[in-house]
Amino acid sequence: MIEIQGLVKSFGHTYALRDVDLKVGEGQFLTIVGPNGAGKTTLLRILATLLKPTSGLVNIDGLHLASRSDEIRRRIGFVSHQSLTYDKLTVEENLRFYGRLYDVVGLEERVDSLLQLVGLRARRHDPARTLSRGMQQRLSIARAIIHQPSLLLLDEPYTGLDQQAAEMLRTLLQTVNEESRTVVMTTHNLQRAVELCDTVAILTSGRIVCEMKNENLDLNRLREIYWTYVGNGVTS
Amino acid sequence: MAFLRKTLAIVWKDVVAELRTREMFSSMLVFALLVIVIFSFSFDLRVENIVQVAPGVLWVTFAFSSTLELSRSLAVEMENGCLDGLFLAPMDRSVIYFGKMLGNLVFISTIEALMLPIFSVVFNLNLIRPLLLLTVFLGTTGFAAVGTLLAAMAVNTRAREVMLPVLVFPIILPVVISAVKVTGGVLDGAAFSEFAHWIQFLVAFDVIFLVVSYMTFDFVVQG
Repeated sequence: MIEIQGLVKSFGHTYALRDVDLKVGEGQFLTIVGPNGAGKTTLLRILATLLKPTSGLVNIDGLHLASRSDEIRRRIGFVSHQSLTYDKLTVEENLRFYGRLYDVVGLEERVDSLLQLVGLRARRHDPARTLSRGMQQRLSIARAIIHQPSLLLLDEPYTGLDQQAAEMLRTLLQTVNEESRTVVMTTHNLQRAVELCDTVAILTSGRIVCEMKNENLDLNRLREIYWTYVGNGVTS
Repeated sequence: MAFLRKTLAIVWKDVVAELRTREMFSSMLVFALLVIVIFSFSFDLRVENIVQVAPGVLWVTFAFSSTLELSRSLAVEMENGCLDGLFLAPMDRSVIYFGKMLGNLVFISTIEALMLPIFSVVFNLNLIRPLLLLTVFLGTTGFAAVGTLLAAMAVNTRAREVMLPVLVFPIILPVVISAVKVTGGVLDGAAFSEFAHWIQFLVAFDVIFLVVSYMTFDFVVQG
């Protein structure tokens, strides 16, 4: 599904990613954890075709990122800590707009089912700016999966959410992953990391320093491993 | 077909968003009115034949009010990271350029359509003539074609509101000069052949900048 070999990304003399190798299988849920500035967002933005790598090989579904970016964009959905939605448009208009950009067939039905999925049907005619942060994040997920991508990229999706909104988002992500989508999520919150994923990777200073299956991995064990590789400053 | 459909989707989105608040529309209209009123009063005091300066005033007003829309058009895409949302869509990035350019053309033209009758009254001139309307369309297309590309270039800079006029005005100067020449020729009742080459120049400018923008937009927005 995703194959990364020797990925390097530099901004001038600063290296954000150094020789990253990673494989993510179909339907897998990979969480990448790491401190601020580790390179998590850079890695996700490269996978989302928003940034070009300095060097290295990235294949998604067997398609080379550099030469087949249009086809790759059809297969990916991207959720960042920004909603990527228009404040002045209503919830429904936002989804309809993105649906048109992705040539979604049966757009009205798709919008309707997504509003049901993310629990925003009652707010469909409200401008996006009137939604709470949690609702905006749910709208953002609906926007990201409107074209039914096989790969969902989530960049710190829990940022700024209260406990209730975070719990709703967790349930929603579980549902999304159960639809056999591959999910790659970044977070610096270790508890969120162990909740849903099959695999956890630790990224620090632009390098994947550890990758482990989630079997028998609890929060305390992850925290211990994380501490070993990253050092102090671990969040809950 | 998909190219056109997606381009129109972007135009639709911009029009719907603007109709909801009319923020930019009212700002541009008030700004254009103020420019005309200020010019009108200041020239009234010193200029004997106001018709001679009318074409210049008209195009300076259009150029100044256009930059308000141009600087806003890409800036709204920065809110909530919406520009990334557009970049993520599976389409040629020139779709974004043409969508934003046509949106700018619609907004600026609407303001101009409202300003022309007002200008006619203030300067006591008949500006609602086919050849002048064609010139306004060609000149506005030139503003929108250049302005949209440069707005995309300036959008990631810290001082984008200042940067855009600094970048735009030198490049649209030929458009302003040609449009003033044609407008002056029409108002003076000159023969078409006397200013036809300025219309040809406007057409050539529009075509060149639309093609250049189509070819370079992807490179410009890569940052």
